[in-house]
Amino acid sequence: MTEEIAGDQKVMGRFRVNGDEHHVAYAPHKTLLEVLREDLDLPGTKHGCELGECGACAVLVDGVPTLSCLLLGLEATEREVLTVEGLADDARLHPLQAAFADLGGSQCGYCTPGVLVTAKALLDETPKPTREQIQEALAGNLCRCTGYLQIFEAVEAAAEECAP
Amino acid sequence: MMRVPQFRYLAPKSVGEAAKILRGEVPSAQLFAGGTDLIPNMKRGQQVPKTLVGLRGLHALREVHADGGLSLGAGLSLSSVAGEGRIPLAQRALIMAAGKVATPQIRNMGTLGGNLCLDTRCNYYNQNYEWREAIGFCKKAPDGVAIQEVTHGTCWVAPSSPRCWAVNSSDSAPALIALGAEISLVSADGERRIPLAELYHHDGMAFLSKRPDELLTQVHLPAVDASWRSTYWKLRRRGSFDFPVVSVGAAVSLDAGGVVQAARVVIGAVTSAPVVLDASALVGAPLTDEAIAAFADAAVKPARPLDNTDFHLSWRKRVVREYVAGALRELRGDTADQLGLLARSAARILPLAACS
Amino acid sequence: MSEPELNTKDATPSSTPDDLNKAAFEVIGQPRRRVDGRSKVLGQTPFADDLKLPRMLHMRLLRSPYPHARIRGIDTSRAERADGVKLVLTGADLPIPYGILPVSQDEHPLCPDVVRFVGDPVAAVVADTEEQAQAALRSIEVDYEVLTTIASAEEALEVHEPQIHRYAQSGNIHKRVALEFGDVPEALDGADHVFEDVFFYQGNTHLPIEQHASLAALDPDGKLAIWSSTQTPHYLHKALAKALEFPAHKIRVIACPNGGGFGGKSDPFNHEVVACKAALVLGRPVKVCLNREEVFYCHRGRHPVLMRFRTGVKQDGTIVGMDLETLLDGGAYGSYGVASTFYTGALQTVTYEIPRYRFRAARAFTNKPPCGPKRGHGTVQPRFGQEIQLDKIAVALGKDPAELRLQQLVKDDSLTANYLSISKIGLRQCIEKVVEGSDWKRRWGKLPEGRGLGLACSSYLSGAGLPIYWNKMPHSGVQLRIDRMGAVTAFCGATEIGQGSDDVLAGCVAEVLGLDPHDIHLRTGATDITPIDLGSYSSRVTLMMGNAAIEAAERARSTIAAAVAEKLSVPKGRLVFAERRVFDSADPEQGMSFQEAVILAEAKFGTLGSVGSYTPPVSPARFKGGGVGPSPTYSYSAAVVEVEVDPLTGWLHVHKVWIGHDIGRALNPVLVRGQVEGSVYMGLGEGLMEEQTFRRLPPKLSHAAVHKFPSLLEYKSPTALDMPEVVTYLIEEPDPRGPFGAKEVGQGPLLPIMPAIANAVFDAVGVRVDETPISPEKILAALDLKAKGKPARTGPKGFPTIEWPEPFKVAPPWEGGDGRADDDPKAQRRAISEVRS
Repeated sequence: MTEEIAGDQKVMGRFRVNGDEHHVAYAPHKTLLEVLREDLDLPGTKHGCELGECGACAVLVDGVPTLSCLLLGLEATEREVLTVEGLADDARLHPLQAAFADLGGSQCGYCTPGVLVTAKALLDETPKPTREQIQEALAGNLCRCTGYLQIFEAVEAAAEECAP
Repeated sequence: MMRVPQFRYLAPKSVGEAAKILRGEVPSAQLFAGGTDLIPNMKRGQQVPKTLVGLRGLHALREVHADGGLSLGAGLSLSSVAGEGRIPLAQRALIMAAGKVATPQIRNMGTLGGNLCLDTRCNYYNQNYEWREAIGFCKKAPDGVAIQEVTHGTCWVAPSSPRCWAVNSSDSAPALIALGAEISLVSADGERRIPLAELYHHDGMAFLSKRPDELLTQVHLPAVDASWRSTYWKLRRRGSFDFPVVSVGAAVSLDAGGVVQAARVVIGAVTSAPVVLDASALVGAPLTDEAIAAFADAAVKPARPLDNTDFHLSWRKRVVREYVAGALRELRGDTADQLGLLARSAARILPLAACS
Repeated sequence: MSEPELNTKDATPSSTPDDLNKAAFEVIGQPRRRVDGRSKVLGQTPFADDLKLPRMLHMRLLRSPYPHARIRGIDTSRAERADGVKLVLTGADLPIPYGILPVSQDEHPLCPDVVRFVGDPVAAVVADTEEQAQAALRSIEVDYEVLTTIASAEEALEVHEPQIHRYAQSGNIHKRVALEFGDVPEALDGADHVFEDVFFYQGNTHLPIEQHASLAALDPDGKLAIWSSTQTPHYLHKALAKALEFPAHKIRVIACPNGGGFGGKSDPFNHEVVACKAALVLGRPVKVCLNREEVFYCHRGRHPVLMRFRTGVKQDGTIVGMDLETLLDGGAYGSYGVASTFYTGALQTVTYEIPRYRFRAARAFTNKPPCGPKRGHGTVQPRFGQEIQLDKIAVALGKDPAELRLQQLVKDDSLTANYLSISKIGLRQCIEKVVEGSDWKRRWGKLPEGRGLGLACSSYLSGAGLPIYWNKMPHSGVQLRIDRMGAVTAFCGATEIGQGSDDVLAGCVAEVLGLDPHDIHLRTGATDITPIDLGSYSSRVTLMMGNAAIEAAERARSTIAAAVAEKLSVPKGRLVFAERRVFDSADPEQGMSFQEAVILAEAKFGTLGSVGSYTPPVSPARFKGGGVGPSPTYSYSAAVVEVEVDPLTGWLHVHKVWIGHDIGRALNPVLVRGQVEGSVYMGLGEGLMEEQTFRRLPPKLSHAAVHKFPSLLEYKSPTALDMPEVVTYLIEEPDPRGPFGAKEVGQGPLLPIMPAIANAVFDAVGVRVDETPISPEKILAALDLKAKGKPARTGPKGFPTIEWPEPFKVAPPWEGGDGRADDDPKAQRRAISEVRS
């Protein structure tokens, strides 16, 4: 049977974000970005255009880098969402986070959440990426501060760190 | 924050259900797959469908079948297409095209069908409601919102023209047409299969021959032998994000002596539909410098770039020639060094001359 | 200059030569994690739009659809009745103008009578949700009388009426300036060659990824608070007090960490003032966050500048005089424009010796978003022209462009023709490094057709010598509180915009007190609790805040040392603060922990605190207009860029960049390199693709002059795939005027990139592109001309005739000048310095 969700009232949805389950009422025309920031109190995910043109809002959905500004909240329920808030292992930084903080991968920090989760997906798939693979993977995340080079180096350093 | 206007969301569980819904809801319903084209358009108020028919639940649309050739579900993400190992090297143009759409995240979300049905684009149209209001709404969206038929409004890029000149900016379309692909369209009446080239109209508004109650379900790649090789060249300002502003999809079948047995060359992003060139002049002779030059010179004529995309229109027209020539030189086996800088920026992704 | 009240006898001036020569710093110069690094990678840095308050409302602004129109009436009645709407404001509610510069108080929070560009705000709606506010905007009816659109600087020269602003100097020319240092026509007459070139630098914008956002609230005690993405909380504070007629001492402005600034968040903005007004009226928090299109309308970015250089040289290429004219397209408001205008001529003299120099500039008002300060403020455009012209001179005279520059560099501890005081200049080392790294001597002029190398140099301020409103108070203040827990908190009004100002503050304090930077608590950019710092602009923070921080920390150290010296019975001067300890340098075992030392000091002196402040040295320039350009010291950069050009299409690819930057001292090399590479990145964007351009539709069909593409997709910012390899050389020759010897790095390294690209294109294919962006279309057009045997150049055809005022004439130092204009009655005609022969 076709499922129907009406547009004019809030609906209940079950969101699995960073391993936590949230059962919340949300407006069904909201994107995942709005649900995260406004309904789930997770402002770590940023927005720079809300039109898919910058990558600041990137999150992982079922492990895949996804633009939360273009994904409807109602299509994100019951899926595994990972945001920057879920990267650290309790209080311990993820190796990517540590490398970005140490090596200049983050200047103003605004594109950083989207870059970090995208880089995590890369390392999950390709533990020892080449510089070209890193560039390709991060080609959807605009950064105006760094010139990217320290970002690439931080990803490479994290890959070293993660290696068994 | 830019936000999506309210809508009703229907999630059919089968293609049949989807077709039924479309039949009942036309024209207020809009198919919704990856959302990477429609969501921005909705946020900017270019399209405000009352009903979205979400296709995410239709697993059949994400299947790949080897049936002589290859049938690709229209719901496959562009990333999946770009990574699909069953696509033969001879048809790498599709892998190159899918792999060059926008950005990795967009390719993870956007679908093959969505890229084929991409709304035509124009720098006067892909703007916020307020911007379009400031210049006066254009033909494609005379009351702010896009319609399918001309009523009133000015085409700002060609004010004296009776039609809309928004640009077909699909990467996969020129590549797939060059590969001789066909598509399946399903409606409540049943299924029809047409050459992909027939999907497109030379009109920025009514740019698809697909009826609003039809659903694009599959893309069929023909079976090919090892004599075929293909490529896709894309012109854009940056290494990612940008839509093509000139592109060339090309496929040729060469015999052992390098004589062209068959050829298809398609130019994308220079007018409202992909431009299929008459490649008969190439057939029966090898791809010599002279043959390529003559063909590339002639290719410029049907390209009608206007001032509604990135880059100057007359320069884009010049590039058409060099891209057509470059793509053909690549297909005859020129090395990366011989092809030079233009090829490195236009055709990256796969090693050049991989087929030779 | 009056001494700060809390000065003590023990305080030593910062950065004495001894400090600079100290063998090893513990913190300074060490590559290390920035103090705010953890917060950023956790996504916990609180940007303005991340903030929420109970009962918070949302605001949206209605913006003009016309580039130039008179408002005949506004009907807000339907909007006031719309769902969720709490308040509608129009220009009538906010009648007092404001503006960043005292001389151009020409902005209104909401336009009361005239709109001056598409995007100029006319009304505001505050509602329960952002969507409700947005929906209600469309029910506001504004009756406009459309006025003539003035879309370019050239048009502004022709069209005197209607005036965009009544206060313009004449017609639509906002400001004209003219300065002459020595008799330039005479110098050019006597030159062996005079090179005349016209260049155009296209406008572009900052494009921070964070869109401007603000949250305003009425504190429970009736005071006004605003959290905002601003680089200049102090200036915003002043503007709010004025525009709202609200007591300045009852306002607090909290600058949130900016998600990128680059100069684009340096003005007080409409949305900030209006959100505050709404919070005052409603007594509830009001949030506003601009969308990307609106960020393009805030703009304040790079002025489009047309310029003409006439430069006289001797046969060997030595410059004898330069005559520069610039025409700036200012957009619809003053912003920093008067300063920008002076900056287009201020820094030509600080790299190469220019014995005589004339500079004339005009800024036009046009019906476009206002231009202002972007990274390299006003100096980027003429540097582009100057460095390309030098390349042309070198080629014409058969000289190596690197040698041509090296033979006439400005010297250490000198004065320029326009009275800028040079401290240390590391440009020679910068040039030598990039020449060596790029193998310039073997490769320049000798690469195969289609490949080329280009070189260019530049300089930038380490902070403006004068504040925006002239006064004798410090430019930066730092306060420390230290308590018995061993805790140190540093307070400063400086604003963290990503550049690392928090890290500089913590680093300087930690170095002096022997602590780890991560030990220091920081409170920055909040005007109710932090001492004033003028803001994150003009590359001033490291130098000014750094010096203030060192002064504050040295005073605290002195106080603590006094208590420890007494306890240990050792002379104070023998005590060392390091590794969180205070100990006797003669017997390191003799000592105590920092906390124990603080307990002794608190017991002896009472509650501990200290302050430090920084005021730049007085400039020797004493002529009108001499206030723009002076800086405590100047940074220097040199770059070589390697390009490849496709001869059939003009397609341009940058392969590699070598850049040397004279940093004085790298306080945290990780951040310094990040600033250099980030500047290179932004320079590549400006040089290759970025442009803020406008559509002027056929006037018969539309009055519109709209931003061509106010989006992140069509405004082209280079991606991870567009960034070439960059080799960075840091030249560290400590400058006695900088904290631990440091100079600026946030802006200077951007400047040489664009001209170096242009020069490399010439080396590659023999054509000149004398305007930005250096796009393939322009290269191909020049190649076409070259093929026809015509001058192979794309660029502006000429410079319009401008009625210049008679310049203020100031004799250069080596012609007996004393920094005053000739018509200044105090002019004394005595040599200030014999630094040049």
